[in-house]
Amino acid sequence: MTVEEIAKILCEHFKGLQIEVVPGAKNAVSGIQTGDPAVIIPAEKIREICNTLKVMDQFAFDCLSSLTAVDRKDRFEVVYHLFSYKNRHSLTLKVNLPRGGNQPQRGVEGEAPSGLAGGGGDASPSIETVESLWGVANWLEREVYDLFGIKFDNHSDLRRIMLPDDWVGHPLRKDYKEEVDYHGISTTRPALLQ
Amino acid sequence: MAELRTEEMLLNMGPQHPSTHGVIRFVVKTDGEVMSAAVPDIGYLHRSIEKIAEKATYNGFMPWTDRVDYLAAMNCNVAYAMAVEKLASIEITRRGEYLRVIAMEMNRIISHLLAVGSLGMDVGAYTPFIHALREREKVNDLIEELCGQRLTYNYARIGGVIYDMTPNWDKKVLDFLDQFEPLLNEFDRLLTDNKILRKRLGGVAVVTREDAINYNFVGPNLRGSGVKWDIRKDMPYSVYPELDFEVPVGTGEAGSFGVVGDCFDRYMVRIREMSESVKILRQCFERIPPGDHLVKVPKKIRPPAGDCYIRTESTRGDLGVYLVSDGSDKPYRLKFRTGSFSAMAIIEKISRGMMVADLIAFIASLDIVAPEIDR
Repeated sequence: MTVEEIAKILCEHFKGLQIEVVPGAKNAVSGIQTGDPAVIIPAEKIREICNTLKVMDQFAFDCLSSLTAVDRKDRFEVVYHLFSYKNRHSLTLKVNLPRGGNQPQRGVEGEAPSGLAGGGGDASPSIETVESLWGVANWLEREVYDLFGIKFDNHSDLRRIMLPDDWVGHPLRKDYKEEVDYHGISTTRPALLQ
Repeated sequence: MAELRTEEMLLNMGPQHPSTHGVIRFVVKTDGEVMSAAVPDIGYLHRSIEKIAEKATYNGFMPWTDRVDYLAAMNCNVAYAMAVEKLASIEITRRGEYLRVIAMEMNRIISHLLAVGSLGMDVGAYTPFIHALREREKVNDLIEELCGQRLTYNYARIGGVIYDMTPNWDKKVLDFLDQFEPLLNEFDRLLTDNKILRKRLGGVAVVTREDAINYNFVGPNLRGSGVKWDIRKDMPYSVYPELDFEVPVGTGEAGSFGVVGDCFDRYMVRIREMSESVKILRQCFERIPPGDHLVKVPKKIRPPAGDCYIRTESTRGDLGVYLVSDGSDKPYRLKFRTGSFSAMAIIEKISRGMMVADLIAFIASLDIVAPEIDR
């Protein structure tokens, strides 16, 4: 099934939800589509929609191929790549999350500093986990939490996976500034050419 | 007689450990032999390759892709090049495609040799490892003649490959293949038909078909669990549609205690894949057309704003490259979704109640390498 057909059936199932299809990138000269089309769904319904996509026979998306995030400067985009071994089709789901404040997150116990004025949204955006549907989401979501700071509600074990537990900041954000040192080891070195 | 009390120990396996295939640490709770939990701790080889991609140009990023999986560097190079070529609509020549496939299949042979050899070494058989390395050295010399490097090749470019083959190189490779095929039989006698190996690996760490799909197993791990899926056959790319080869699947063949999806099945899939790669190489050398090996691409490649997700069959499974472009000459976001990362996710679940020595056999049969997990 193509992405447009899948989106149409989803719209019929979930009446009233805003589900839109974004066409893939096109070559400016020839007009041929070179990028992948994607389906954008609202963040609160992610678990229901993924459950439908996994369970219904005409979809049968039994494999979560990749889960990652992209930091568009005004929002976060969480991207799910689904694949079906039975029906041999794939789907790209995107979810837009509002961007929180620019404060660094301090590990798992990070709370937004009090007195945060303005900004809109939580200090760290959050979305429901899909761990109960696909087991590999456990580690993939931990990686997104570690590198972007996006929290996954109801995750069984949300903690940093690659960076040390006491690391400050989320590196793959576009506004990430490294700390001056880590446990006394400096992160800059003096200029070699004077 | 007083009741014998045992206590559980919390032990550290790694990060410096000869059997963990790189710097990976396991925190193991055990009472001596049987584990109650083995929690992996990764990140010792995290080099932030994905963040560096946001600063490097498309052309200049190619050497970094070698380091994503240095044992299958050709496959990583080609996967990244394919993602950029798809988004920027660059078509490459047929000769470039064939040279890429030749390089990838040779890389598959040497990577599987190392995997099988170190699997034997981890369970106690030291001799087959040396035999595997001896064959690997011969192929390393051939690849050095092709592209100048022995491990991190930097061979593919956006638009083709950087060097054509030297005169008579194809004859040298065919001579090597002629003497390599009987050596696979030697492996069979040393390892596969060895009763000790079958007892060590048969029935150990069984990953069922449902678990394998649920945890996104890929490559030989997935085929060892009985799922007949190979991206080269089922979602073909490059010149694979024109080549004829089989896809081996695990069948629980470790004798009477073999179960589909155990360590022995994953090992046998790798042995069989090596002879399939030999078949593919022979066909490539017969069919390779003359021509150019590299097309001219602009110095600053600017793909249109958008994203694409490419899956290729690397030696450790499906290497997915997700490339997001915003129209400039540097990637906006580049993600490598590697097979070893998904394989690590299942270790915690399957290793409950296993013995420590079986954990070593399990990790070796999954063929995980640390650079793929951490990038």
